Amino acid sequence: MSLRSPLSKVLGLGSAKDGTAHWWSQRVTAAALVPLTLWFVFSILGLPAWDYDTLSTWASVPISGFLSVLLIAVAAYHSYLGTTVIVEDYVSGAGKVVWLILLRFAYVLCAGAGIFAILRMSFGFPHP
Amino acid sequence: MPKVARPTSPHWTVYRWQLGSSLSILHRATGALLAVGLIVLAFWWTALASGPAAFSGAARVLGSPLGLLLLFGVSFSFWYHALNGVRHLFWDAGRGFEKAERHGSAWAAVAGAVLLTAGLWVLIWRHLT
Repeated sequence: MSLRSPLSKVLGLGSAKDGTAHWWSQRVTAAALVPLTLWFVFSILGLPAWDYDTLSTWASVPISGFLSVLLIAVAAYHSYLGTTVIVEDYVSGAGKVVWLILLRFAYVLCAGAGIFAILRMSFGFPHP
Repeated sequence: MPKVARPTSPHWTVYRWQLGSSLSILHRATGALLAVGLIVLAFWWTALASGPAAFSGAARVLGSPLGLLLLFGVSFSFWYHALNGVRHLFWDAGRGFEKAERHGSAWAAVAGAVLLTAGLWVLIWRHLT
């Protein structure tokens, strides 16, 4: 049984029904980022040199591409969740919605560009 | 601005700086810098996928004094945010709330971040020279 008045229903007041989703997503992505980031750091540090040939060869190995896609996707989602809270805390009024939308666009752009570049290295570019 | 100037609750300016609040602010600040680091990562991958000429250009930008300063800030942010993030995960599991535990883990996160950043840059320096 709902105790909410018809007026509050019409005005859309009350819980947004996703109160814990943001919190949980932030924690789960945080846990996933621990192995993914450590893998990336030590993988790059383990290379004999950081010239184009060494790095592009490393990038074309399947496991490098696969884990790098996961890293960028999960990091972008985790970062999006975090910076969204920063905007919500410090921006008020009409500008808030604009900032939140711009933020989403920026993250999709950033993650999309990064993942596209990784896939390009994985699937046969450049041809040696 | 609100239509009526109501009294506001005590704001952060009235409180003394403390370890817990300082590190909490640092967690957010390093998180914001890591968002910039994500852009750098996407930029680096895009340059790599664009061929040798684009990659050497990007390497020059990231290897410039300003680029290295940014990477240094991002690397410290990474270690601190990761270590302090693990503190948060322990708290979320209901552990580590005693005063000694909080202060011990706080200093461990700061010291660990400083040491790991220093160690990382020793290895980077060996690579670059």
